[in-house]
Formats: sequence, structure tokens, C-alpha cells
Amino acid sequence: MSTSSNLKTTPLTTIHKELGGKLVPFAGWQMPIQFQGVMQEHQCVRDGVGIFDVSHMGEIEIQGPSAKSLIQKLMTNDIDSMQDNQALYTLMCLEHGGVVDDLLVHRFSENHYFLCVNAANTDKDFEWILKNAGSCDATIRNTSLETAQFAVQGKNSEALLQKLCEVSLNEIKYYHFKKAKIHKFESIIARTGYTGEDGFEIYIDAGHAEPVFRAILDAGKDFKLQPIGLGARDTLRMEMGYALYGNEINEKSKPLEAGLGWVIKLGKKDFIGRAELEKQKLAGNKRKLVGIRLLDRGVLRPHYRILKNGISVGELTSGTFSPSLNTGIGLCYVSSEYSEPGTQLEVEIRKLSVPAEVVKPPFLPTRVKK
Amino acid sequence: MEVPKDLLYTLEHEWIRVDGKRAVIGISQFAQEQLGDIVFVELPEMGTQLEKESPFGVVESVKTVSDLYAPASGKVTKVNKELETNPEMINSDPYGAGWIVEIELSSEEDLKTLLDPDAYIEQCEKELE
Repeated sequence: MSTSSNLKTTPLTTIHKELGGKLVPFAGWQMPIQFQGVMQEHQCVRDGVGIFDVSHMGEIEIQGPSAKSLIQKLMTNDIDSMQDNQALYTLMCLEHGGVVDDLLVHRFSENHYFLCVNAANTDKDFEWILKNAGSCDATIRNTSLETAQFAVQGKNSEALLQKLCEVSLNEIKYYHFKKAKIHKFESIIARTGYTGEDGFEIYIDAGHAEPVFRAILDAGKDFKLQPIGLGARDTLRMEMGYALYGNEINEKSKPLEAGLGWVIKLGKKDFIGRAELEKQKLAGNKRKLVGIRLLDRGVLRPHYRILKNGISVGELTSGTFSPSLNTGIGLCYVSSEYSEPGTQLEVEIRKLSVPAEVVKPPFLPTRVKK
Repeated sequence: MEVPKDLLYTLEHEWIRVDGKRAVIGISQFAQEQLGDIVFVELPEMGTQLEKESPFGVVESVKTVSDLYAPASGKVTKVNKELETNPEMINSDPYGAGWIVEIELSSEEDLKTLLDPDAYIEQCEKELE
């Protein structure tokens, strides 16, 4: 067990305590899991706007003449297709097709990028990139500890942040970003998120995080802005069926089975994992990641068994209670014959079989601003 | 921390309100706070014989599953069915509308090993350290 003394803390820890946040260890960090309560925070984001401290996420900057070719070699998505100020969701795979991480690539210019990676994978990703960079002409820096990140999510996020920014935020399209000042401080404002709502993710020097976070809280009073913990972050992402590294995908999983084929561009020239992923694509998926929704009220949890007529056909990789649907939802790999939406299955909950059905995620319509 | 003086408590944070042979059982203010938003409750059937210190039901918050342990043995005489549709009543009113079951006590002896309010407060403070 890690003790609180060797956990990393974000620059916003003082504010979280002031706001009544409940701090817990998460991926090596001390993070707020909830403030007012998961259900209420979830609703706050779905109905208006909420702010999340996600400073635990890792940032890796890559700059130099070889930056693009290096990233193109590491990632499954097509980096060549990117314009300046664009963000792209991608996987970084091993030779055998397992997933090192899923991440966002942001392009400042043809020779300058930054990646936003999962907290628990930051060091591993950095090592992997260095190893594959060899002597190529690019500077690679892990800037995670000097960078704070917060997410402002919900339909009122643009109106709220506009009060603190001079640039016109409606010019930032979905999966694009701008370098801009927010409350006097330089930052990167990206129209991305993990909730299914319109919203922004803001990257800023750790030293400026506290005044900016306070300014957003203050400006947010008119919008009933609330701080949101990791608990609601998980229920929000689950309702969208977004994969979570460590649950749905890991170094052993097959990303095509996870429905991530849309970020694997086999048409682009060589990248790490390409040969194996092409083989898997030709062979076809034996299993598929699907959404599972309980038909009675209840809560789903990771590792619950999924049954068909009493026989095990899979195990949940994620599970939770959906505040919007008022019942249990989860994600599970099942063999293709059970993957059709509407297929009736059962979930084993404390030795009882509870009726459930297959759903094609998202569980609710997304409301991102495309 | 709200710990009513007229109740007895268990180490697992259930309370019991004894009235002659009958007793009502619930979970404490401290317990509901630790669990967070309660979204599902699994209740025993009427007439079930509860055994002291054995699990008789489950409460689930978004984050965790927690067993309910019987503070005393006895037969279930009432079940708070309203919790099936409004489990959050345990959060909002743990000692009132959020009660869970009523039992007919098998033996008053069972009550002797329970915590009085002062001992229970001490226990909660220990857990918060």
C-alpha cells in the first residue's frame, strides 16, 4: 500500500481541501474522488458545467526536425493528416499489437507536438518513446510535473471560460486547441474531454494553476459551476462507453476487439504494431467490446461475470451505476455471436442472475460540439 | 457526527433501536457518509431469521458494495421496501426514513455486546485517524 507521504500532489490540493474534497490515492497521486457527492456532481456536468482537476495526467513534449516521423512511427492514427492546433486521439501499440497507452497528440507545428497521456502510464510511455527515438533528431521532454491540467465540461463551459479569455472560444472547434491567455496566464485551451459534453481541457504551468482555478471558480458562480471528483469522471465516461486504459485496454488486449479500429490507420506506412494489427484485422474479431445494461435496478462492477442461459460468456472490464439511466451499466468483451445490440444476457451479481442486455455505446447520446 | 443517544451500535456501523421485543435496524450517519451516494439496497424477505453478526443484506454506493451485518438475531417483521426505489433515503435520513428492517429479537442477551453511543463515537474517531 502506498502511504499518503509518497503520493504526488497537484498544485490544487489546497483548494480541494477548502472545497471539502475527499482525497484518495489514484495512479500515484493524491486526487479528489468527490466533493458534494458523485450523483450530484454527475448531474451538474450533464445539466450545466463542472470543473475537474486532472493534473495527474501526463504531458510529453516532442520537438525537432524528426518529431513528426517519430510520432508517426509510434502511433496507430495518422499524424500526417494533422493541421496546426489540432488534437488527435490515438493508440500507441507494441509490436504484437497490445496497447502501450491511449492518448491525445496535439500539434503546435509540423516540428512541435505535445502528448497528453494516462497518469499511470506517464513514465512507461516516456521510456518507450525515448527507446524508439534512438538517435533521431527530436527533443523529448516529460513535462508532467510542471504542467497542471483542468477540464471544464458541460454545455455552459464556453460561456463561462469566455469571461476569462480574450480569444474567441467558439473559434476553437472540436479536437482543436489554441495557445491563449486565461485570466492573464498563458495556457493551452483544447476543445476536448472525457464526459460526452461540450467542454475544454486547459493545460497551464503548475505555478499558475491555483490563481486560474480560483478565477474559474469565481466566474463560475453565475453558472452554478461545481468542482467534480474522479468518481463522477468515471460515471460520465462510462455513460459514453469510452475505454479506460487498465480496464478495457492494456498491453495484452486487441484494440480492434475494443472497437478502436477507427484510430488504427493501416493505410499509412509502417508504424509499430502495424503488421500484427493487419493480421488481426484480416482474421476478424472473435470477440467484441459491448455495452451491458441491467434491466432491473442494480450496480455493475468490474469482473462481474456475464452469462447466457447460465453459461459464462465474458467478464465486465468496467461497471458502475449510471445516474442518467438510474441503473447499472458496464463494458464487456463477448464473443461476436452475443454482440448484437438487444441481445439478452444475464449478469451474475452475488450468485444471482440478473437480466441485462447488450447496448451499442454510448449509453446516452453525446453532446460534444462537432 | 450525529449519534443518537437512544440507539446501540455495531463495529460495522449498524444501529439498532430496541422497543420491547421489537427492534429496528439501520446504518449510521458515519456509515452513509463514508459510503457516499447509496444507489441500491438488497433487502431480506419478511420472516427471514437474521443471525447476529451475519450478513443480511447489501447497500451499494456508486463506488462500493457493503454488507449489512445483523446487530442481533431475530425474525424479520418489517422491511423498508421504499428503499428499493429511494435508496438515497439512507443518506438523507439514516436514523429515520432510511431505516432498513424491523426484527423480533431472539434474545436480549445479544444486545449486551453492542456499543453504546459513547463507545461508538470513539470507534468512529479511531477510524478517521
